[in-house]
Amino acid sequence: MDLSLDTRTQEGRTIVEVGGEIDVYTAPKLRECLVDLVNAGNYHLVIDLEGVEFLDSTGLGVLVGGLKRVRNHEGSLLLVCTHERLLKIFRITGLTKVFPIHDSVENAVADSSGASS
Amino acid sequence: MATVTLHVGPDAAHVRVVRLVAATFARRAGVAEESIDEIKLAVGEACGMAVSALGPDAEGRLSIELHDTVGVQVVVRTPVDLANQSAPDGGTGLVPDGLDVIRALLDQVDISTGPGESVVAMSWPGELGRAAM
Repeated sequence: MDLSLDTRTQEGRTIVEVGGEIDVYTAPKLRECLVDLVNAGNYHLVIDLEGVEFLDSTGLGVLVGGLKRVRNHEGSLLLVCTHERLLKIFRITGLTKVFPIHDSVENAVADSSGASS
Repeated sequence: MATVTLHVGPDAAHVRVVRLVAATFARRAGVAEESIDEIKLAVGEACGMAVSALGPDAEGRLSIELHDTVGVQVVVRTPVDLANQSAPDGGTGLVPDGLDVIRALLDQVDISTGPGESVVAMSWPGELGRAAM
């Protein structure tokens, strides 16, 4: 399965819905998407990982890179993920302390809006 | 003991193929379903690191041996030293490299690195091995 990316705006936040597999082959596509969004002035991102089947450290690196970029603009990057197979990767790499991880886009948007208001 | 050996060039697209073959092989070897995602991740990390380190134009090939023991053993041999490769996080220091992810995932792992070659040997028990533990 390749990587699918859909972007929309919800309550002033940019939602990136990711599907498929994020690995050494597809991660550059996600990186390009995040770079383009930030360059276009979208500094508050919610990355929805609910449709992601596989995530490796290359994908984590892209997410951390995205976080670094939005923070350069006082922005935010929140994740939506409930799949245990992905949450395990965030836990063993210590990234649960770096990324706010929510169980729904609605909760992530509410948290993002509250934090920046 | 059945063995399947794959040889792939340093093409990032091939890493997914290796993951899927390893997962299918492990299922047939009786590895518990909850370990299959772990196998895909660990094999993907080892191969992904090698592919990134080599670059698409390199001539070297990766060798992935799948052994049906009581469970499965996967041995990834790469024509590149996987130690001291930069982590995939743009220098933030927040994301461990693939070898650290593998070490965190697995108890049964033996990693040897050196100039021009690295070997990552990983094992998962089958249902019988799990029951005996």
